[in-house]
Amino acid sequence: MPLGSPVLDERRARTAPRLPRRARVAVALGRTAAGGSRRLGLGAGGVVGGRIAAALDPDALRHLGRHRTVVLVTGTNGKTTTASMLTRILEPLGAVAANRDGANMPDGVITALVDRPDAPLAVLEVDENYVAEVAQRLRPACLVLLNLSRDQLDRVGEVRTVERGLREAIGALPGTAVVANCDDPLATSAATASARPVWVSTGGCWTADALACGRCGRPIHHDGPAWRCRCGLARPRPDWVLAGDQAVDAGGRTVPLELRLPGRANASNAVMAVAAAALLGVDPGVAGARLTTITEVAGRYRRTVLGGHPVRLLLAKNPAGWRETLPLLDDRAPVVIAVNGREADGRDLSWLWDVPFERLRGRPVVAAGERSADLAVRLTYAGVAHLRCPDPVRGVAALDPGPVELVANYTAFRQLAPRSADG
Amino acid sequence: MADSAVRIGLVLPDVLGTYGDSGNAVVLRQRMRWRGVPADVVEVHYGDPVPDSLDVYLLGGGEDEGQELAADHLREHAGLRRAAARGAVVFAVCAGLQVLGTSFRTGDGRRHDGLGLLDVVTGPGKRRAVGEIVVDTPAGPLTGFENHLGVTTVGPGSRPLGRVRTGTGNGDGTDGAVTGHVLATYLHGPALARNPALADLLIGWVTGSPPADLPLPEVDELRRERLRAARGGARW
Ligand SMILES: [Zn+2]
Repeated sequence: MPLGSPVLDERRARTAPRLPRRARVAVALGRTAAGGSRRLGLGAGGVVGGRIAAALDPDALRHLGRHRTVVLVTGTNGKTTTASMLTRILEPLGAVAANRDGANMPDGVITALVDRPDAPLAVLEVDENYVAEVAQRLRPACLVLLNLSRDQLDRVGEVRTVERGLREAIGALPGTAVVANCDDPLATSAATASARPVWVSTGGCWTADALACGRCGRPIHHDGPAWRCRCGLARPRPDWVLAGDQAVDAGGRTVPLELRLPGRANASNAVMAVAAAALLGVDPGVAGARLTTITEVAGRYRRTVLGGHPVRLLLAKNPAGWRETLPLLDDRAPVVIAVNGREADGRDLSWLWDVPFERLRGRPVVAAGERSADLAVRLTYAGVAHLRCPDPVRGVAALDPGPVELVANYTAFRQLAPRSADG
Repeated sequence: MADSAVRIGLVLPDVLGTYGDSGNAVVLRQRMRWRGVPADVVEVHYGDPVPDSLDVYLLGGGEDEGQELAADHLREHAGLRRAAARGAVVFAVCAGLQVLGTSFRTGDGRRHDGLGLLDVVTGPGKRRAVGEIVVDTPAGPLTGFENHLGVTTVGPGSRPLGRVRTGTGNGDGTDGAVTGHVLATYLHGPALARNPALADLLIGWVTGSPPADLPLPEVDELRRERLRAARGGARW
């Protein structure tokens, strides 16, 4: 399904966007602030720069997005990985503006564009709740909708409310092609509002949250890969299917996905990225081959040394993320789990009770993080013997020598990055 | 009771199960098993008849449509009402609390009949109550997390579970409602993990006598931390 106009237009690629004067000033000040905050060690600088640009010119996003081909990536899990895959696929075609540090609110999106004013391409991950606001201004060529499940209910809201908001946003984007996961009933419900949906079967989904239909609230009936609701919402026929380690298009063409990132979730992200790239005119075989070069994403899956142990760093921040992470864990290695409950993580830790931690019974487990007390109670009731140690690095150090799996949620993960040595 | 396992019904987790609510079933089952009382969890799904033979019925939180569907289902399949009438223990949080009342209005303004197991009426408030909540009860302070729009009025047929120290609860300074062995609250989290005294109150109702002490230092530590956090004494 090619887009109406050649998206990766050479001419466009060479033309730097011209911003109106007010936006130019906003962008320049934003850049200065971002540099300053990086130099001062105040964090990645991602949000500060964008906040200033947005304050100086509320329309900054619209100006920054003009003259670029923009792809937005949204969904509960896999945004950073999928955006990073798409960036890797598109890089040979021209400079790509991307929010690599996971700053996916409007501020972070603006900063990503400010940082690369002349990039003809942009691959931006966007928080599910800000898609309407961001897309309305950027008018993306393509929106990738990965999945929708429970995450940060106190901040983000209930998942079906999020779905309704996305459905409205997508309905208001007639020119945007939407690549959506048709194995996820909530993502499907939102994407059916699109005039140009591309359906991707990623091979399974997190059904516990998707049980209630986005349209009517009744439980969804699953029958093999098919699913349907009494209200009529049903799984559309896929344009792409993930089959083992291959992506297969509707014409039966297969694209090998030889990933170096582990797990089923990353294979799902990869087929979504390949489908989106194909929509933008990239040969799927070429796209698939580019993915073999990715070994870590923003520090995730990275092997390093912490507390004197070889440690693999994994991110899991909600029940769906944990469902994908539990099977990845090396069953001979102890597990350190770091859980925080800051604003960006969600302050409500009730999601811990939706994670089947019972599966960790019988192996050494350390409960860590600022909310290790909540985790310790959950593990106690799951029958998982554990040590509690709020500092995850000390938790690692307390274990017998050997490799350790360290799984952290969002801010707990970010706190670890500066403390890990390359290993 | 001694000859067979206690049966804990997890009622409609597929439409009312937003906030890790199945954790309340896990907590009750474990606290009974650790004391040598066999206990099992029975899930009652949407579309299935509701058995009237269970010992405990647990209802969780949910969004408007889920709450509406649950209320319709539980009125149509009267097992829960029959069980409550013979004294079975019912524990509900959040949307579950509203479903057990005589009526509730959803965010769109429509009024729905509840089950009438509690003398409460709920309508939408002006803004969502989201955050840590502490409720003082005769059994000590309860700690939890609330996230709801509902404002609940308790009539003479029920009494509030307790008085709100921090947070919103029913919206008038009280939280929850109790009638006989039917007890409901706005605390999710899940409430029984953070509040073992409440869990043991329900267990005592089921088994007929207060259960033996069950020291769990992890739970004591979490309670200390959460009560401190609700006072603003913690950084998170
Ligand atoms: Zn439906």
